[in-house]
Amino acid sequence: MDVMNLFRNYEEAVAMILFGIGFSNLLMQKNLIKKIIGMNIMDTSVYLFLAVKGYIEGHKAPIVVDGVQSVEAYINPIPSGLVLTGIVVSVSVSALMLALTIRLYRRYHTLNLDEISTLLKKEEKS
Amino acid sequence: MSRKLSEEEYKKKLSYRMEQWFAGQRDPYLEHLRMKPQAERTLEPEKEEALRKEKKERLDKVYRISDNRPVKLFEKLYRIFCVAFCFFLVIMLLIAVSFLPSYGEDEKPVNNEVSRRYIEKGLQETGAVNIVTGMILDYRAFDTLGESHVLFAATCTVLILLRHDKKKGERDTEEETDRVYEPKNDVILQMVSKVLVPPIILFGIYVILCGHLGPGGGFSGGAVIGAGLILYLNAFGFAKTEKFFSEKTYKVLSVSALGCYCLAKSYSFYTGANHIESVIPLGTPGAILSSGLILVLNICVGIVVAGTMYTFYVMFRKGGY
Repeated sequence: MDVMNLFRNYEEAVAMILFGIGFSNLLMQKNLIKKIIGMNIMDTSVYLFLAVKGYIEGHKAPIVVDGVQSVEAYINPIPSGLVLTGIVVSVSVSALMLALTIRLYRRYHTLNLDEISTLLKKEEKS
Repeated sequence: MSRKLSEEEYKKKLSYRMEQWFAGQRDPYLEHLRMKPQAERTLEPEKEEALRKEKKERLDKVYRISDNRPVKLFEKLYRIFCVAFCFFLVIMLLIAVSFLPSYGEDEKPVNNEVSRRYIEKGLQETGAVNIVTGMILDYRAFDTLGESHVLFAATCTVLILLRHDKKKGERDTEEETDRVYEPKNDVILQMVSKVLVPPIILFGIYVILCGHLGPGGGFSGGAVIGAGLILYLNAFGFAKTEKFFSEKTYKVLSVSALGCYCLAKSYSFYTGANHIESVIPLGTPGAILSSGLILVLNICVGIVVAGTMYTFYVMFRKGGY
C-alpha cells in the first residue's frame, strides 16, 4: 500500500469514503427516506470517482476550440459520458423508490421499516 | 378365457365405483356417511369481544420489539456488524485507490486508443464540436436510446404506483383531498415566476439546441425546461398548466420523441449497419444545422427528459395531471 499515492489521489479517496457513508446510511437508517438519501450519496460518490478518473492535469474540457484536435489538449471524454448515464439512471431509481415509499406510507402510516414489517406480520397472522 | 360382464354386474364391482370416484362423478361414501351440519356457534357478544381483545393483545406482545429479547440482541449485533462492514469496505476501497494511477496523470490505462480516436477523429466523423455529445449521440447512440427508455419506464412505473383515478360518484377521503389541496395565490411568487419562467424555458431550449456546439445537451436542457414548468405550476396552479400539458400531451410527446429517436438511428441498419460512416451530410462544424442527426436526437432526448421531470413532480404532488 502506497500511502503517498493515497494522499495524491485524495479525490478518489474522498469518493470512496462518501461511498462508505452512503452505504452505512443505507444499512443502518430505519427511515425509508433516509435510506434513499444514502443511496443518492452513493451515486454521487460514483460520479465523483468517474469524473476524477477522466481528468488530466492542465487539459481542457473536450470541446474543440480553434481546431485543436490533439490528445494533449483535452481530457478523456468517456468518463463524462458515463457520468451522464449514471445521473439519468439514479434519477429514475430515486423517483421509483420514492413512489414506492409513498405507497407504503399510505398503507401503514409510518416510514419506519421495522414498524412496517411488524405491521405486515401482524396482518398476516390476524 | 375372458368373460364379458353384463353392465349391471359391472356396476356392482369395486373397479367401477373406483373409476367413478376417480372421475369425480360419485362419492363412494355418499350413502354411508352423512355429515351433520355444524352447530351454530353461540357466544355472548361480550365474551367474543374479550376473546378478540385477548388475541390482539397476544399478537401485540409477540411483535413488540421491546419485549422481544432475541430481536433486541439481533438489532445490536446488526448495528455493530454494519459499522464493521462499512469500515472494512472503506478500507479495502482506500487500499485499492492507493494502487490507482495518480490524480491528473496523463499516462493512465483509461486514456487509451478509444478516447484518442474520439478526440482526434470525432469532429470529422460526427461533425460535433462537443466531443462528449458526439460520443454519446453518435458513436454510442444506442446507449443513449436505452437511457431515454429507462426514464420512460421509470415514469410509467411512477404513474402506475401513484396515479389517483377517481371513480364517478366516489367521495374523496381526507388524505386524497389533502393531496389535491393547493395553496392560495401568492402574488410575489406569481410575479417572480412571470419574470423568470420565460427565460428559464428559453435557456433550456438554447442548451438543447447547442448540445453539439458547446456544453449542454438533451439531458441538461430537458431538466432545465422541466424545472421551469414546475415553477410555473407552483405559481399558477393546476388549472393553468392543464391547458397546455395534460396526460395526453405527455403521452404524445414522449412516445413520438422516442419513436423519432428509434427511426432516426435505425437508418444505419438499412445502409449497412455502419455507424462510423454517416450517409447524412455533416455540414460545417460550428453551424447550428450541422453534425448530422445529433441535433434531432438531442431534441428528442430533451422532450423526453422535460416531460419526465414534470410528470414526476405532478405525480408526487397530486397523483394526476
